[in-house]
Amino acid sequence: MNSPAAELAEVVKRYGAKTALNGVRLRIERGKVTALLGPNGAGKTTAISLLLGLATPDSGRVELFGRPPQELTARRRIGVMLQTAALPETLRVGELVELTSSYYARPRGLGEVARMVGIEELLLRPYGALSGGQQRRVQFALAVCGNPELLFLDEPTTGLDIEAREALWNVVRALVAEGSAVLLTTHYLEEAEALAQRVAVLMNGRIVSEGTVDEIRAVGVRRHIRCVSSLAVAQVREWAGVDAVSGRDKRLDIEVRTAEPVVRQLLAADPSLSELEVTRAGLAEAFMQITKGPMQEEAA
Amino acid sequence: MMSSVAAITTPSSVAAGSVSILRVFLVETRMECLRLLRAPSFAVPIILFPLMFYALFGLLLGNSGHPGQEASRYVLATFVAFGAIAPGLFGIGITIALDRDRGLLQLKRALPMPPGIYLVAKLVTSMVFAAVVSMALMLLAAIVGKVVLELVQWVTLFVLAVLGVIPFCGMGLMVGTLVKGQAAPAVLNLIYVPMSFLAGIWVPLSVLPHFLAQLAPVWPAYHLAKLAQSVVSGNSTDLLPHVLDLVGMAALFFAIARRALRKLR
Repeated sequence: MNSPAAELAEVVKRYGAKTALNGVRLRIERGKVTALLGPNGAGKTTAISLLLGLATPDSGRVELFGRPPQELTARRRIGVMLQTAALPETLRVGELVELTSSYYARPRGLGEVARMVGIEELLLRPYGALSGGQQRRVQFALAVCGNPELLFLDEPTTGLDIEAREALWNVVRALVAEGSAVLLTTHYLEEAEALAQRVAVLMNGRIVSEGTVDEIRAVGVRRHIRCVSSLAVAQVREWAGVDAVSGRDKRLDIEVRTAEPVVRQLLAADPSLSELEVTRAGLAEAFMQITKGPMQEEAA
Repeated sequence: MMSSVAAITTPSSVAAGSVSILRVFLVETRMECLRLLRAPSFAVPIILFPLMFYALFGLLLGNSGHPGQEASRYVLATFVAFGAIAPGLFGIGITIALDRDRGLLQLKRALPMPPGIYLVAKLVTSMVFAAVVSMALMLLAAIVGKVVLELVQWVTLFVLAVLGVIPFCGMGLMVGTLVKGQAAPAVLNLIYVPMSFLAGIWVPLSVLPHFLAQLAPVWPAYHLAKLAQSVVSGNSTDLLPHVLDLVGMAALFFAIARRALRKLR
């Protein structure tokens, strides 16, 4: 097995009486985007703080490339884009890149970074004179300027327009294709769906679900069978494997866990059935299902 | 099972390449200087205020009474001490409070910045500003004020200003770590102005009420002014207590700030 780029192993972190992380295991693999999802207050920020060496766990193990994150040599292999970091407004973009690059052993050149992120025309502008979206791009440039093997992206596309977001995604994909690891936290589930190979869902300080995007989408998620049929709603509701049925003007919407047996039964019971359609929930719906339930109040 | 991708991307030998601490320090210090220089809210109080006050109190008002060389030197020395206050107090105090408030300190800690460089760069930046201010004051004094000093006295005054900024860096650091960003400038001004007054820089201690004059030694500015004055008067008796007081105060401020910074973790 490859050694992971970063790892949390049985990590417990308390802040006073509140347990922010309660036995969390998380591996961030090389060559993959791992999305860490969860409602606000679930422990995402704590997990990232631990991985960046900003905090130490009460128990368990936190490692970057097999080393404690407090070690400078381990952190020289990471790039960081935090959600809230106001850079000095009077410094020019090129100066900020030069400053951050100086921390790294083999940084990319200024020109290369500027081309990658598309900030060539901003290099001489003071950071404070940029728009929110431009500032976000500069922060992304600072995250990649050190040629890192592991990239921490905390809500990277907040405030970006669609074009800039796509451009950032493409850079991330290219880096991952070259073998970089990425830890992504985002509120945009479509972003996780578009970028991530692996997803971990954090709830109340625990990883409640983890797997590939497809696995997460599949876990506990119902499918919808929609069709036009003369069958009665009450009749279909009695069938095995059917969780819920709603209908109007002969249009049925049947919620199931496994679609195929119910589809067979439908076709057998109603030869005139038409407009058959089976849809699977996206990551957003899966996420809602995973994080709702008895602990939902935490998500508010 | 090592994939080919992993083989390319685990060049630990390359990743462990060296970073020049000296270079990081130089770049960081240069950026910190530029950052302050370009922000009028820093540059004006740090550089212009001491020059303006010296020109007003030292040159304009002082010259009207045809003061002797001795009095002119005394005023210059006092203002060289004054010029070392703001670079430390504001240069460090406000930027730390801002960095803390706006998440920049957090980001810098996450980045692979060698420990200590952040503070050392700020300290040296304050020293650079103190050097510039004292140079400008001395040029003004020599050219406009016709102040005459031995070379060794000029140099000693300069060195005193550059090192004398350190206790005020400690004060700034202490305030910047204890007070939230927006409140820090207010608190620093509440120290800056009364301290300058009560340490006998703007007016002689003899015109202050007796009990306030007696309290002057609690202010580091008082001791720095005393040292500067002794440099120009050539009267070097009993300097050690002032030096020790300054060192002690600086140590105390840095210790308090260190505690506060630790708690932030």
